[in-house]
Amino acid sequence: MEKVETILYGRRWKSFLGFIALILILPLVVSSQYVFTLLILIGIYCIITIGLSLLIGYAGQISIGHAAFVGIGAYVSGVLTVKYSVSPWVAMGIGMVATFIIAYLIGMQVLKLKGHILALATIAINIIVYILLVGLSDYTGGAGGLVGIPNLSLLGLDLGNQVNFYFFVWSIVFVVILFSTNIIRSSVGRILRSIHDSEIGTETLGVNVTKFKVAIFALSAMYASLAGSLYAHYINFIAPPTFYISFSILLLVMVMVGGVHSIWGAIIGTASIMFLNEVIRFVGHTYFNINGEVEIVVYGLIIILVMIFIPKGLVGILDVRKISPVKSSIKKDVTIKKNVASEKGV
Amino acid sequence: MGNLLQVNGLTKKFGGVTAVNDVSFHVGEGEIVAVIGPNGAGKTTLFNMISSYIQPTDGEVLFKGKKISGRKIFDLAHLGISRTFQNLQIFSNMTVLENVMMGTSVNIKTNVFSAGFRLPTVKRDEEYAYKAAYEVLTMMEMSDLLHEQAGQLSYGLQKKLEFARAIVYKPQLIMLDEPMAGLNDAETNTMAGYISDLKEKGHSFLFVEHKMATIMQLADRIVVLDFGTKIAEGTPDEIQKNEKVISAYLGEEAI
Repeated sequence: MEKVETILYGRRWKSFLGFIALILILPLVVSSQYVFTLLILIGIYCIITIGLSLLIGYAGQISIGHAAFVGIGAYVSGVLTVKYSVSPWVAMGIGMVATFIIAYLIGMQVLKLKGHILALATIAINIIVYILLVGLSDYTGGAGGLVGIPNLSLLGLDLGNQVNFYFFVWSIVFVVILFSTNIIRSSVGRILRSIHDSEIGTETLGVNVTKFKVAIFALSAMYASLAGSLYAHYINFIAPPTFYISFSILLLVMVMVGGVHSIWGAIIGTASIMFLNEVIRFVGHTYFNINGEVEIVVYGLIIILVMIFIPKGLVGILDVRKISPVKSSIKKDVTIKKNVASEKGV
Repeated sequence: MGNLLQVNGLTKKFGGVTAVNDVSFHVGEGEIVAVIGPNGAGKTTLFNMISSYIQPTDGEVLFKGKKISGRKIFDLAHLGISRTFQNLQIFSNMTVLENVMMGTSVNIKTNVFSAGFRLPTVKRDEEYAYKAAYEVLTMMEMSDLLHEQAGQLSYGLQKKLEFARAIVYKPQLIMLDEPMAGLNDAETNTMAGYISDLKEKGHSFLFVEHKMATIMQLADRIVVLDFGTKIAEGTPDEIQKNEKVISAYLGEEAI
């Protein structure tokens, strides 16, 4: 018998092959250090947005506080390596486990909330974590930030090297994609989508809905923590403002622009927004002599335009059937409509 | 025949309004019990109390002798009680097959990590869910619709789909909230056929319905509610002759 997974969701190796080919080809055509840095940051951000896609697109739960979890990961890595000379790999692991536990405990409380209230609660979490990062200055270095975070090295390979780190980060992105599509293409993926469609219907079938919502929230937080650790070891310096709400919003914009119902959408969205970011900054500085954060204004505009014209995101414009791991996502309804429907309840 | 479901003095007050007042009855093993009553008689409230969606103000529900009122909704499925909804709670963005596979959740152990790492148990769970769903959908003559989006189906098919999802894991008690509403005569007969087939296999049913012909044909026993109070209980023949029931449906004058 054909594999049940294939019967339901088709094959995914073509998307994987395309992804790997792209990652291998890019370094051949890119030589500028500037673009390499950008590609590495895109990889790091993709780890976060893939998790957000699971949480927002599949389970239908919003978070405007994920920068907090990125911050926790970055600071656990930073503080443990700088102040306590812990091995970066151990610190990264501790950060991920700690973030998973913290997010699990928070999730058990806030995921009882719905819609706008949940969004507000996650913003509050972000603010609390930010205040702690600034306030616990004995450990975190406070508002001045934490300097001297070491580069990673793997089996003698120096990951401080741009090209090495590029391949390292994107290998991790690939593992994250593999892990996430494994989830999506299983009973857990179906449960997440069914929660989105009818929470009460899902519960009736014997599913502890809260347990799954909390688990996916904690998993996406753990991804964010991993990304935070990678960021800290790559930039070697972290400061609290990086992990403020504005970053959470940026992550949300990336997921929405790419298409919230597909993890490939998260990747496309992340890359698009990062490039756009650079363009805006360049144009703003060069032609309009603007030095403030003009990107924020553009993000707002983008969100509005995306919601009106391409609610399924960029991935919805492309032929989704060929690249989306979930066939049925093509017929997914407009996100706005969904929110209204989910508020109706039974 | 032991009592599978026992309802004792169930009462629900919403503020000053008593929606259900001291209702008691039981469902035996392999029995089909129908709850009928005029609109607003409290049938759905009663149903929601039994399936733990709302908590009773007073009284209790026992399943196989164990108290189930006050338990979590998802616990009930694990005990062997499933239900459908009057206004349908199918997963409209998922396929027919996926919907019915969701009905096997009770017997599935896969969690976020075992799925992510793709442990051997995941494959076993997927194959079990697929086989069980395929079997039921074939039995219900829906095997040509496996990959259709559930939301795109006609109302009658959606109703069938929700029924398939409720029976796929072979629960002992199946609660149906107006299973025939909105169905045409042919569809109604097919649905009635499925119900009596499952009864033969030992499943019990508790259902709320308005179509009298179907009720009289299917039910072993009928419980009649009016203004939240049980006014009669008996076999279809007894109920048809009961004066209180006739007056509740047709008004006092008719007698």
